Amino acid sequence: MKILVTVKEVAQVDDEFDIDGLDVDDRYLDYDLNEWDDYAVEEAVQLSETHDSEEQSSSGNRAEPDDDVEVVTVTIGPERSEETIRMALAKGADRAVRIWDDAIADTQFLDVSTKADLLAAVVEEEAPDLVLSGVQADDDSFGATGVALAERVGFQWAAVVNHLDQDVDANVSNVRRELEGGIEELTEVDGPAVLTIQTGINEPRYASLRGIRQAQRKPLDVQSLDDLGVDDSVVDSPVDLTSMYEPESEGDAVVWEGSPEETAGELAEFLRNKGVVEG
Amino acid sequence: MTVLAVTEHRRGELRDPSFEVITAGRELADDLDSELHLAVIGGDVDAFADQCNREGVDAIHTVDHGEEFNHDVYTQAVVAMAEAHEPDAIVMPNTVNGLDYAPAVAGALDRPLVTDAVGIDASGTLEVTREQYGGKVETTVEVDADAVALTIRPAEWPAAEGTGDAEIAPFDVDIDESAVGSTVNGFEEVGGGDVDITEADVLVSVGRGIEEEENLPLVEALADALGATLSSSRPIVDNGWLPKNRQVGQSGKVVTPDVYIAIGISGAVQHVAGMKGSDTIIAVNTDPNAPIMDIADYAIVDDLFDVVPELIEQFGGDVPN
Repeated sequence: MKILVTVKEVAQVDDEFDIDGLDVDDRYLDYDLNEWDDYAVEEAVQLSETHDSEEQSSSGNRAEPDDDVEVVTVTIGPERSEETIRMALAKGADRAVRIWDDAIADTQFLDVSTKADLLAAVVEEEAPDLVLSGVQADDDSFGATGVALAERVGFQWAAVVNHLDQDVDANVSNVRRELEGGIEELTEVDGPAVLTIQTGINEPRYASLRGIRQAQRKPLDVQSLDDLGVDDSVVDSPVDLTSMYEPESEGDAVVWEGSPEETAGELAEFLRNKGVVEG
Repeated sequence: MTVLAVTEHRRGELRDPSFEVITAGRELADDLDSELHLAVIGGDVDAFADQCNREGVDAIHTVDHGEEFNHDVYTQAVVAMAEAHEPDAIVMPNTVNGLDYAPAVAGALDRPLVTDAVGIDASGTLEVTREQYGGKVETTVEVDADAVALTIRPAEWPAAEGTGDAEIAPFDVDIDESAVGSTVNGFEEVGGGDVDITEADVLVSVGRGIEEEENLPLVEALADALGATLSSSRPIVDNGWLPKNRQVGQSGKVVTPDVYIAIGISGAVQHVAGMKGSDTIIAVNTDPNAPIMDIADYAIVDDLFDVVPELIEQFGGDVPN
């Protein structure tokens, strides 16, 4: 079985920042693996570990780890993102594909459709049995790539999955979809499928030192548009980012100022006057 | 010219976004000088169609297929309606289920998709306002296409009101069952347990700013000292530090206490959806630009690890080591 996990390196913005043109000035950005994708990687690695240990105990043979379930990550990202990709490898993914090209670098805004086309080329190449994708990316939060990819490659799908019970042999995913208001939908999805993974589905591990060392030797394959057999026109899109700005604060909060002792005092007095607390 | 808006229901009831897509769809239709059509798919379609027949709706197309949402059915039905009526824009809710079919609809129709819109202006080239970086910035996205697909953020547009005179008619579509690859087997309510945070008058709510599980006793001590109930934002529950019944937000509980004290909570939109109805909101956060500040009534811009121990002492509590 092969599981493909789509991962993205995303930027977090410092508390204080400036906008330079159409993005936050790079000085105020810290890059890391997208939180949702961290859970997706963990889910894939756990599936691989569970399945392989079951295989081991039933056959009585000492199978090589990851012999039966291969976990491959795919990223659309510049060279900078390799550090983040290596972190996913250190957590147990077997190898990585990074899609990049001058044509992508020159594109200011990657549309959902462009991302789905690029990832679809890798899905066709790798022919995975299951694709895991984060529900959304923490930067632009489109939340659409996974389902768009499924539609493109003719896979089944389920969005916002917070529990997965995978029947590896039948390739059926029994999932829980996290709906609004504390309701979960119990759904059965026939594979091959794309599942978009919600945070909290598992406890992502920290990479071990041994894992980090091993990650350096794992394959990380860079694919250009040419390599993927995709035409440059894939980056053309009618969707363009035209401005970015700090929203005007709608807030009219009274800000208590002073030392922690003073501000805590103000808050305490407020609560006492309101008559809602003990003491 | 038409705009097509898609309604949403669950377990026998229309959900609020159904009435919000009418409002957003009507605005868009006014900009484009078009009709507004609604899609009602699955469940008690006749009753739902009557309920959504509000002012500004010109036609309602019903597809009586299945009781509950199924993304394959929705995708096939919306695609067929789009092919029949060629709407300039399809407006869908940016909900968990909306995001389970909207990208497939856009893909099948080869339309550009912009999700989670908080503003739409179609008076010229279509401009969509969105948020990025957890709401720290807003962006404008321009879509230069004749036919688009959009999802709108819940609770950004008011619910449509009034009574409409839309023509309600079944829409003729053959759902291809062989292409339906997923089966909904049921629903389960989660987050029960001994504590009901929706009943609390005062909530001390903790977020990512607490940093480590070892620091949690600090906010527990504050809740104790105030005689308040402890709740949290999503990451605390995701990390397994507090049970699901403590979670405030879109996927957790909607709370309306007298006082909501948000400690180290940035105020992501999903969290705000669960607590904005609180009577008084107090935020303690190091970031003066955090989205929580937009809805706070009172704020302390400082480190919670300095402020919270002071507060505990003010109320005669013991500060944990």
